[in-house]
Amino acid sequence: MSGMGASPARTRNTGPRLFLQAMAARAYVRIMGSLREPTWIVSDAVFPNLGMCAFVLLYRALDAPRSYEALALVGGVLTTYWINVVWGMGAQLYWEKQSGQLQLYFAAPCSRMAILSGMAVGGLAATMLRSLVGVALAVWVFRIEVAPFSPWALAGVFVLTMVALYAMGMMLASLFLLYGREAWHTANALQEPVYFLSGLYFPIRSLGALGVVAAGVLPLTLGTDAIRQVLLGPAARGLLPLPLEALALAGFGVVFLWLASLSLAHLETLAKREGRLTQRWQ
Amino acid sequence: MATDRAPAVETRALRRVFKGARGGAAVVALDAVGLRIERGEVFGLLGPNGAGKTTCIKILNTLLYPTSGEARVAGHDVVREAAEVRRRIGLVSGGENSGYGILTVRECLWMFSQFYGVPAAEAGPRVDRLLEAVGLSDLSRTLINRLSTGQRQRMNFARGFVSDPEILFLDEPTLGMDVNAARRLRAFVLEWVREQPDRTVLLTTHYMAEADELCDRIAIIDLGRVLACDTPSALRRAVEGGQHVELEVLGAPEGLAEVDGLPVAWGAPHPERGTHTLKLRLADGGRLPLLLRALEARGITVRGVSTRETSLEDAFIAIVGRGLEEGEAPS
Repeated sequence: MSGMGASPARTRNTGPRLFLQAMAARAYVRIMGSLREPTWIVSDAVFPNLGMCAFVLLYRALDAPRSYEALALVGGVLTTYWINVVWGMGAQLYWEKQSGQLQLYFAAPCSRMAILSGMAVGGLAATMLRSLVGVALAVWVFRIEVAPFSPWALAGVFVLTMVALYAMGMMLASLFLLYGREAWHTANALQEPVYFLSGLYFPIRSLGALGVVAAGVLPLTLGTDAIRQVLLGPAARGLLPLPLEALALAGFGVVFLWLASLSLAHLETLAKREGRLTQRWQ
Repeated sequence: MATDRAPAVETRALRRVFKGARGGAAVVALDAVGLRIERGEVFGLLGPNGAGKTTCIKILNTLLYPTSGEARVAGHDVVREAAEVRRRIGLVSGGENSGYGILTVRECLWMFSQFYGVPAAEAGPRVDRLLEAVGLSDLSRTLINRLSTGQRQRMNFARGFVSDPEILFLDEPTLGMDVNAARRLRAFVLEWVREQPDRTVLLTTHYMAEADELCDRIAIIDLGRVLACDTPSALRRAVEGGQHVELEVLGAPEGLAEVDGLPVAWGAPHPERGTHTLKLRLADGGRLPLLLRALEARGITVRGVSTRETSLEDAFIAIVGRGLEEGEAPS
């Protein structure tokens, strides 16, 4: 059998246009899901901010410096994103497999990275709405104060943090799919250690050398510290110089995106070779 | 039907072996499968559970590697040119669970059209036409999680057509669907495939009547091997002809195995009338009166007689050695 006579495909978008089209379509699901299920506001926006509220009240009771309240605010806001990265992004492909939908993605001509990017962009947009609940609590209920800051610097560090976090989520999606329930249980078990090592409610510098190690593996630790430095200046008691942290976050983003692409390709090969993953019972 | 272009599907010596679970024996799902499906055909794959139909569909859809052999779709190799294959195919699996409950029916079909790169200007009108065709226009703005099972199946069916594929794979598409909906969808498939000469459908189904009604040709597959491949009428002709007779009888002795030298099979009893069904095949229809007299002579009363010609199901049983619903052959 030769390839002679192979037919031209029907007129359809390909390449970067198809990538963007598929990404936007998958992101649309996340955003619509968030808008049409307001009950999620309680579990994904209010509950994660209760920790922040508790720490703000504790710092006030102890007469701690006011900057500590802002530390807790940043931690609370980033917790909503972290929850979305692990349970929304990481678990998504596993869930798609369980619902029997994964094979439809694998049989479609668009890139699997476009689907994952769509999940990330949609999750980020949906979570942004939720994280605003934390900011609203901080501004209007607790009247938390921050130092004068550059909105451009804040936007830049925030974007770098989000790219690093969601790229990590894209990589986790493949790992969750590959290891199924084991990965699920591991992520569950590591939740509190990650919160601790990210210093979500205290200055990361308090962890000493452990904090530096955590910053070397967890983009959440670096992102939390960098945003705090932008908002509070020296009062943030930052772990590393801000430019270095920004550079490291950018590095995390690139490395995790590369690893996500690599693990997804490996996963697809495995699925085709062993017949796994497109069957929900396998 | 054939065009000067490559066939829609072509396989040679296609073989797929799955590793046995927990060190068990390997399972040969496909063995030496050679198929050639021309453009414009509606081609059926018929076989009992475990015959290898779905494995074959998965390989042709680039979801599974063959262990050996070769498979081409629209002239493109499914392993080396998977991306080219994906641009040309659509897949519908009966009982699948596509889409997200939080989306409306229309949004869900639109979403899948985007994964195939359908330009925005075409996607909307095409989705509307498909919803009309499957009778879901009134529910286009309904959330998927509010649909009944049958409505959801129709939406899944429409999803397969949303990219206007050259080659559409329908894997048990009407599984569990009500009679009217299945009839409507069968009519739509025929209309769709005749609309453009290069559209091709590969159908697997458990319903003989569906295969008979839709398919230009049928391959009968069992234990991973293609046992026969021809038009439905040629398959019927290939098995021993004659008339199939069903007799509703009273007073037949238990275990009766032959009448007048002809083997008989026992069919369903009719307890409300105290009768039984006897089935047999007559090579010569003119022999029926003699048979009835032979039964009378043995004290068996015949309450009813029905005859029919050889069906696709008869051909299937003759070729495979058992019916579609009888499961896998003992290994």
